[in-house]
Amino acid sequence: MARIEAEIGKPQGGFMKWIDDRFPLTKTMKKHVTEYYASKNFNFWYVFGVLAMVVLVIQLLTGIFLTMNYKPSAAEAFASVEYIMRDVEWGWLIRYMHSTGASFFFIVVYLHMFRAMLYGSYKKPRELIWIIGMLIFLVLMAEAFSGYLLPWGQMSYWGAQVIISLFGAVPWIGEALVEIIRGDYSISDITLNRFFALHVIALPLALIGLVFVHIVALHEVGSNNPDGIEIKELKGADGIPLDGVAFHPYHTSKDLVAIIVFLMFFCAVVFFAPEMGGYFLEHANFEPANLTATPEHIAPVWYFTPFYAILRAVPDKLWGFILFGLSVILPLFLPWLDRARVKSIRYRGWIYKAALTIFVITFFALGWLGTQSADPVYVRAAQFFAIIYFAFFILMPYYTTIDKTKPVPERVVYHD
Amino acid sequence: MTEDDLDRNRRHFLVVATAVTGAVGAGFAAVPFISSLKPSARAQALGAPVEVPIGSLEPGEMVKVLWRGRLVYILRRTEEMLSRLSDNADKLRDPDSEEVDQQPGYAANSTRSVRPEYLVIEGSCTHLGCAPLMDFEVRPAEGWSGGFFCPCHGSKFDLAGRVFKGVPAPTNLRVPPHRFVRDDLILIGQDTGAA
Repeated sequence: MARIEAEIGKPQGGFMKWIDDRFPLTKTMKKHVTEYYASKNFNFWYVFGVLAMVVLVIQLLTGIFLTMNYKPSAAEAFASVEYIMRDVEWGWLIRYMHSTGASFFFIVVYLHMFRAMLYGSYKKPRELIWIIGMLIFLVLMAEAFSGYLLPWGQMSYWGAQVIISLFGAVPWIGEALVEIIRGDYSISDITLNRFFALHVIALPLALIGLVFVHIVALHEVGSNNPDGIEIKELKGADGIPLDGVAFHPYHTSKDLVAIIVFLMFFCAVVFFAPEMGGYFLEHANFEPANLTATPEHIAPVWYFTPFYAILRAVPDKLWGFILFGLSVILPLFLPWLDRARVKSIRYRGWIYKAALTIFVITFFALGWLGTQSADPVYVRAAQFFAIIYFAFFILMPYYTTIDKTKPVPERVVYHD
Repeated sequence: MTEDDLDRNRRHFLVVATAVTGAVGAGFAAVPFISSLKPSARAQALGAPVEVPIGSLEPGEMVKVLWRGRLVYILRRTEEMLSRLSDNADKLRDPDSEEVDQQPGYAANSTRSVRPEYLVIEGSCTHLGCAPLMDFEVRPAEGWSGGFFCPCHGSKFDLAGRVFKGVPAPTNLRVPPHRFVRDDLILIGQDTGAA
């Protein structure tokens, strides 16, 4: 204050100084952008965090415009979506951007999470970044699920019926819990209305807040890199990590290329395959919700199918619920399940490489099985892969301990 | 004030007292918000009982009605259907309807009904709530004497809505409270306590 008062009447340093005396703008820009040093050996895998932010912005923007024409009531919802698609100028584009964005959000987030598994980005000192990231993933799942009910199509209704019924498996309070979620004795107008509230207010707010703390935590400890080396341990005379380059302009220019390539894929889907053969928008959802008939083949959207396959593989309601929940939550414990001394897969032994490969295959296999019918053959296969899925996590403390690791270099390595 | 002057007990008491009072206040403040999530008065009113005329229902026919937005099946079983109910007793999880939540006391019998001819059950799979499909065709080769099949996760039920073993659904299909107002009229959602 004293400084500002002393300078009244003699403007110096221009507009930025005026701001900086009142708000830490330059300081924040330096700390988080122009003087945030991230490793110079980032590769392809390091673009998905930024891309996730891009999709978040797309979803927020298109979502706001969709709410201007959408009606959250059981009587009007389906027709209002058709209205957006047919009568609102460019409404089809805005809606397809939003529905495609949902799938791309998960593609990008799954790749982002896989990056962390490749290079041990969840390991000390980044455990909290990982935990916050997992919370983002959970909120994202809730956001996608609540959004899927809104068009009030057949799959919206029956998909919600299945997932909400899951909570009925909780002992003692299950039925009461289900009633509180639905707000009615069945999924109804009331349920739709409150899911709308969650989808457009509560969950997006939580998402933005979590993304903010995710980045604050990241910038506190610094980004990991494909070698899994702490670049802050070797600094030059100027106090800058020897292997670090400023986020802006170096990483931002790389990110810009990634964003352009991403948008090419995104637009290709929006314009040429918004339904993606029934994977992004399920065919059954082009029919309004019919309370008297379940669609013959009911499956969630692709991004939930790996977990759904596990749910379906268990021939018991309560255990199905428990294992389903566990399959979603287990990755949260990776920082403590993984006992390897090195972070990056580059310096790990063959066991972890094999385990991770099998895990990826398992995840895809479960994902595919989750889209199929409840045929006994598929259920058997899902049981087989579910066991591998859980084994990957539960046996991890063991196999990461005995795995032979290679020595980690002091400085990052340039790979081609 | 120096460190020595500090009354730590007093400070500790104030911290705990403030926190506890705050927590209790927050707890009470949460009540109206959580209560607002429960079915409203209107939802409860709309959940009133429904009358279903069954005079035109032929033996072997089934109607679907909605009560509280839930699907209810009314199946008029034939003599043959009733005679097959005892076929699978050893393959059923709860053949004697011992799970009390799944039916009113007056339906906890061998046919799970007030009048054996009429089966009244909720068309909501006890696994995850899909509507089971009718599959009344008898296929002895498969050991199937007719019943309901859930397309979502493969749960199977017999013609009294009793669940088979080894399927994800944990319990028999629920029998809603109901009573016969007249021979040709069923009231679903209300009973007199007894049949």
